[in-house]
Amino acid sequence: MNGNLHLWLIPLLPFAGFLFNGILGRHLPKALITTIALLAPLAAFGVVLNAALSVFGSASAPISLPYIENCPIGWINMANFHVDYSFVLDPLSLVMLLVVTGVGPLIHIYSIGYMKHEEGYYRFFAYMNLFMFFMSVLVLAGNALLMFVGWEGVGLASYLLIGFYFQKNSAADAGKKAFIVNRIGDFGFLIAMFLLLANFGTLTFSEIATKIGMDPGWNGGVITFIALALLLGAAGKSAQLPLYIWLPDAMEGPTPVSALIHAATMVTAGVYMIARNHVLFDHSPFALSVVAIVGAATAIFAATIGLVQNDIKRVLAYSTVSQLGYMFLGCGVAAYSASIFHLMTHAFFKALLFLAAGSVIHAIGGEQDLRKMGGLWKKLPITFAVTTVGVLAIAGFFPFAGFFSKDAILYAAFAQGGSGRVLWFIGLVTALLTSFYMFRLWYLAFLGKSRSPEVHPHESPWSMLGPLVILALLSICGGWIGIERFSAFLAPSVGARTAEAAPWAFDQYISLGHFLGVVAVLVALEGWLIADKLYRRKPERAAQYAAALPGGYKLLLNKYYVDEFYGYTVIKPLLGFSKYFLGYVVDVGILGGAAWLLGGIATLSGAILQRWQSGNIRSYAAWLAAGAAAVLLFVLVPWSTVWPVSMDILGKVAGH
Amino acid sequence: MNPFLAQFQQEVPLSWYLILSATLFSFGVVGFLIKRNLITVFMSIELMLNAVNLSFVTFAHQWHAVKGQIFVFFVMMVAAAEAAVGLAIIIAVFRVRATLAVDRIDRMKL
Repeated sequence: MNGNLHLWLIPLLPFAGFLFNGILGRHLPKALITTIALLAPLAAFGVVLNAALSVFGSASAPISLPYIENCPIGWINMANFHVDYSFVLDPLSLVMLLVVTGVGPLIHIYSIGYMKHEEGYYRFFAYMNLFMFFMSVLVLAGNALLMFVGWEGVGLASYLLIGFYFQKNSAADAGKKAFIVNRIGDFGFLIAMFLLLANFGTLTFSEIATKIGMDPGWNGGVITFIALALLLGAAGKSAQLPLYIWLPDAMEGPTPVSALIHAATMVTAGVYMIARNHVLFDHSPFALSVVAIVGAATAIFAATIGLVQNDIKRVLAYSTVSQLGYMFLGCGVAAYSASIFHLMTHAFFKALLFLAAGSVIHAIGGEQDLRKMGGLWKKLPITFAVTTVGVLAIAGFFPFAGFFSKDAILYAAFAQGGSGRVLWFIGLVTALLTSFYMFRLWYLAFLGKSRSPEVHPHESPWSMLGPLVILALLSICGGWIGIERFSAFLAPSVGARTAEAAPWAFDQYISLGHFLGVVAVLVALEGWLIADKLYRRKPERAAQYAAALPGGYKLLLNKYYVDEFYGYTVIKPLLGFSKYFLGYVVDVGILGGAAWLLGGIATLSGAILQRWQSGNIRSYAAWLAAGAAAVLLFVLVPWSTVWPVSMDILGKVAGH
Repeated sequence: MNPFLAQFQQEVPLSWYLILSATLFSFGVVGFLIKRNLITVFMSIELMLNAVNLSFVTFAHQWHAVKGQIFVFFVMMVAAAEAAVGLAIIIAVFRVRATLAVDRIDRMKL
């Protein structure tokens, strides 16, 4: 292919799949639904691969980046405000697209097995394709407004899929919670867009970057404000403090959804958005440090909650929040490519872990409680093997993918010096916690003796195991590309910072990078050892520790009571305000009163006026005659002689 | 010619016609207002129309203009049409209500 990459096909193919399955799916056989739902994202992946091949130059004329595709018809054209449907392919969006359209079809394939017996099979795949559509719009968007379309769209798809089992109250509530909490973030995004428009007159990313670059005086001030508003948006979408509360509840959705949307792709949109707008953050050190603090705080906060959760999907959900915190931490020290690197490897191993968890849940008949599992490794050998890979990857063992990316972020934080060392230390503690709770999950679910002997687990079909194996391979090899090559490739999009240069420069014998990497692995190993001790060698210890620290354990088990806190500080006052002020005073009092008043006036005047409409012809005729008589009187009587003064005045008034 | 006969040779003055017309019209109005029977009311309307016709003809004669007479034909035509429609309505109303008292006919629906 030369010249034209047909980027527009990437979102529109899944969209066609969505329309087809969404409208006709109810009446179609499952095989056809499956074919359509699979072909659409696979074809989109083909387009992305083709673009990638063109970029990496196997062809005679490689495409140079950024490659921009504009729809010939503009979207918004006003006096000095233009927005186009423009798709931009640059290193950043290419990486993101490869992740989204690469992991997406794998999860679609997995879903065929997982959702086989579910009601609304067609609905599920229609929503999944819809998600792929919006996600690729978000990634490809060349301006903030188009990105916002994708941003809202993935929120919609997420809402629909969380509430997929809508007959279940908890699922419907979780969907609403996700949507509403995301609205708070979207508010930030909107404010940021308005400010961008007011200050730069454009929403196109490249133009904003050029305008900021031209004037070195742009620093802090309004840029800080824009960046913080964007951060609010990113925190909503990527489940960061203080808006992370929706993500754990989002696990009410089917497990493939948790893997695709709430682990691999959508929740990383916030990180992607920050990287996309990195110019703004680069010009505001304050906003950047806020990003770092939010990220670090979220990372350790969510990790501590993850320590004691008993629902296998919730452990993974908190782990996702925590890993997203890592990515924010990376963005916060301006190591954008390290963040994107972690985003990519995280997409691999977290999708793997979720799908493996789904496979476990599927195998034991829908049970999600870790305390009722155990000893599954013999019954589910392949699931066990891939989970092991996932656990090793997320814990950051060499040479699994998570090691390279996590190490890159930690190195970048450390290399920043000063407060960066604190961030590094928090990251390291988080790594310890991560390693611990992942191995806890591993021990509880797969090792030891079965705690529900009456269940007879069965290994999942190959449509589910195939994607697991592929993702496991990616989780092993995904990091081997190395951060230095990765950041060199991304540099045109996110800029190159000295801080991210080569932690694993192999030409240095013993470097800081080596040292930090060894420390990180040792910490991960320590986490494993603790988990090993508590859940294999001395299983009674865990309960003893919990009993020894009842306050702390309960605090963690109840997730720091954050939901309750929000319930009392935000939701209750808001509900009270709505009910008593808006409901009784405004609605019933003011609006209802006004309506009653208007109705009363109309009724009253009607009661008076209806006397004219007696229905009696003769009374009408009498009025008619009286009117005619009055007109005659006015015309015929010589008023000027009868009443000269009044006519004089009338004449003056009339201007004669 | 002797003066007695000459007096009859004179034209009837304009005002007499107009006064007659006004009187007829007033009778029509009063009849319309006070009579209860629908047919009488209808006749009152005809009376008013003809009163107007009379003043049209009078003025046509006075000014030697033919327009007034043309108007009279129009009015007569409309009156004829109106009579046909009106009488049809009266019959229809009587069939349903069994009365022709205008005071009783105060509903738009049957």
